Parts: sequence; structure tokens; C-alpha cells
Amino acid sequence: MKVHVDMNLCQSHGECAIVAPDVFHLGDDDVLVWHDDVPEDRRAAVEEAVNACPMAAISIEDE
Amino acid sequence: MSTPRLDRLVIVGASLAGLRAAQSARKAGFEGELTLVGDERHMPYTRPPLSKDLLAGSQTVADTALRLAKLEAGWRLGQPAAKLDRTAHQLTLADGTTLPYDRLILATGCRARQWRGPGAELDGVHTLRTVEDALALKSALTPGTRLVIVGAGFIGCEVAASARKLGLEVTVVDIAPHPMLPLGAELGARCAALHERHGVQLRCGVGIEAILGTDRAEAVALSDGGELAADAVLLALGAEPNVEWLAGSGIEIGAGVVCDATLTSTVDADVLAAGDLAAWPQALADGQPMRIEHWTVAAEHGTAAGRNALLAPEERLPHTQPPYFWSDQFDCKIQSVGLPMLADRLEIVDEEPDTGRLIATGERHGRLVAAVAFNHARRLMDYRTQLAESVGAAR
Repeated sequence: MKVHVDMNLCQSHGECAIVAPDVFHLGDDDVLVWHDDVPEDRRAAVEEAVNACPMAAISIEDE
Repeated sequence: MSTPRLDRLVIVGASLAGLRAAQSARKAGFEGELTLVGDERHMPYTRPPLSKDLLAGSQTVADTALRLAKLEAGWRLGQPAAKLDRTAHQLTLADGTTLPYDRLILATGCRARQWRGPGAELDGVHTLRTVEDALALKSALTPGTRLVIVGAGFIGCEVAASARKLGLEVTVVDIAPHPMLPLGAELGARCAALHERHGVQLRCGVGIEAILGTDRAEAVALSDGGELAADAVLLALGAEPNVEWLAGSGIEIGAGVVCDATLTSTVDADVLAAGDLAAWPQALADGQPMRIEHWTVAAEHGTAAGRNALLAPEERLPHTQPPYFWSDQFDCKIQSVGLPMLADRLEIVDEEPDTGRLIATGERHGRLVAAVAFNHARRLMDYRTQLAESVGAAR
């Protein structure tokens, strides 16, 4: 699945990096870095990140 | 042991905590009847923009809607819950409708704390909690208007920043010695400097006696005898939990609905609580139950309570994540993890005076209980991980 983060909305709260650290992390410049192509077996974690984001910046794009 | 019947899950409260509870229960496989009750007539929306982007005009009301995904649920909106009968396993709404439940999640949140002094009823006096409150306040925020904000906490400070950006004259009054009281004196002084640098007049250590005016608010009378001319007044005095409707239900009420670590009511395993009104044991405070009014706590609580509500009490998992909050004020993003208000020592451990970036840590009896960052998100993450590990928080 494809993971999309709207960087106009992202404010580096890091909620996603707490629930799915293998997919999201904050770089040293406080800017979010993420894998945009994520194996299907991590869907639950990414869905949790979608719900945890205070800015509703994360979405999953299914092929 | 026989399996209790679990066909009907009712969630009282249709804001963030209630919505996340519903989504979480469905995700965990609940296929029965799911009903959300809300006193506001809106579908769930997110409140942080109400003091910031919505006031500034960079977001609309539609932008605040929370995504529902494919949630299958019944909605009873615009109808507050009025009574809980635990023996009958039944909820009564204000219009007399009754809703039977097998498990119940209480997520009725908080309301803005009211002030009942002279002049509180005048036009031009605002509080801020709902989208209607935000729209009413927004219509008062025209350039050149004199806005007096009573209360220098999250809402007061964020609205002050929004209003300054819109070109208002802003004065913030608080009886406390510095803004953002939970952050302690040293960080509070940094917050005060931030606001003063952006042209906010701060009056700390002063209370208010009355709001003056004939039909509309015209001035605020202060406890030191002074008076502040005002075209609009915002009372930002914090929030109170919506628990009165539970009177007579036997649910234990302390700071809020008192729960164990699994967010289960101390008196009834069929009743759970989530969000602003839940007082649950704080691992960082020797298990003392506290209410925490943060966005992320409401979201996490909802998710945990929705899952736990489907389980037998002994199978339920504790919620131990240290509380996290943020507050955007001018060009400063304040972030905190843990319980800074309980720290007996809160000191800045790293600061860049040129940029205002800083990290502070809070200790209680020599143990790390909080970290606070100003524009330092990455560093705060390290402390979040450290604090979560120190209380054995599981994900």
C-alpha cells in the first residue's frame, strides 16, 4: 500500500513515529520522513498512525 | 464462566474520544449495534483549530470534520444524555428516549468553565469550546478591536496569538504569576517574553472583578483597581468535566469519572470512560488518578476503551502512555510529554537563545516525569520514548 503524508498539514507531532516507528520518523531537522511503499502486513500500524495524527495529514492510497 | 451478552455498545459523547472508541471497537471485530450519543448537533470535529486556524481564517468549519472512514454506527446527535440506570443497563436521553446497552463508554468531555461575576452575561463576552463559540469569537476579531482575554492558559495564549496576527489590540489577564502555569516559572517567563515580543499586553498576578458595560462589554475591572477598555472579552478559564448527568448513577466521580488503568469505572465493569472526563491512574504520579485534557489523550483513550469494552475485565489492557500536548503560539510550537505540572524541579537543559529553541526536563522526587520543548520536536521524541519505557507503556 502507498502511504501519503500531506506536508502542508504535518506539524511534526511525531504521533505516527510512536505508533509505527518502522514507517515514520522525525529527522534531525524536525521534518517527518516516511516510507511511502509499505508492506501490507503493516496496514494495522499505519491505520493507527492515520488515526493518531492530530493534523489528519496521513492517508493510505490503495492500489 | 458464562460469556456475558455483548450485542449493544453505546458511546456517550460524539467528539474525538467517542469517535475513536467506535472505530476501535469495529476494528476489534465488534459486529453488534453501536450507537453514539452527542449533545452537539455536529458530526465529530477536531477542536485544536478553533483557537488557531479557524480564527485566523486559514481553515473552514468543513476542514475541522474528523474522518469517519467506513464507520457503521447509529448517531443520536443534538441530544444530551440525561440519566444512567446501571441496574437496568439503560441510558436515558434528554428527550426521554431510552437506550439499552451491554457495555457503555462515557466520553462526554468538558465544557468551558463559566465565570458568574458581574457582567458575565453582556454581549461581547465569549468562551471557547465549540465550533459555534469559535465562529462567534471570529466575528468579533476585526483589526483594531480591543480584545481582553481572561486566562493565560492554552486557549487564552493561543487566541492571543491568533488575534495579534489579525491586528487586534490584545491584553491577557491572569491571576497566576506567569502564563502557561503548568510549565512552571522559568518556561512561563519564556512564554511571557514570547507574547510581549509580539505585542500582547500581559497582566499577570491580577484577577478580574467585573465586566463593565450597559448592553455590550466595554471594559474589564481588575482586582488591583485598574480598568481595561474592551470591545470583546474572552473568558479562557479552563474546562469542567460534563459529569453532572451521572449523579445518582453510583458511578464514582472524583476529578472526573474515576477509572482503573484499563479505563474501566471503579464501580462497574460494564462502564468505561475515555477522554477529558476520565480520571485514570498516572504511572508517573504513583498511580494517582488524574484527568488530562489533551487531544492525544482523548484519541488514545478512545482507541483503548473501544477495544477494552469488548473484553472481559481481566483481559483488558492498561493505558499507560505518558500524556502529550502541544500548543502553537506565534512562531513557537510548545510540546510537552509527561506531567510537567507535578514536577518539583523543571529546568532548561538546552537552549538556543537566538532561535528560542529549548528543551526542559521535569523531575518529581528525583525521577523524570516530564519534558518540554519549544520548537524542538525531534528532541522531544527521545524523551517521549524514554518516559514511555520508564512506565512500561506498551503499544
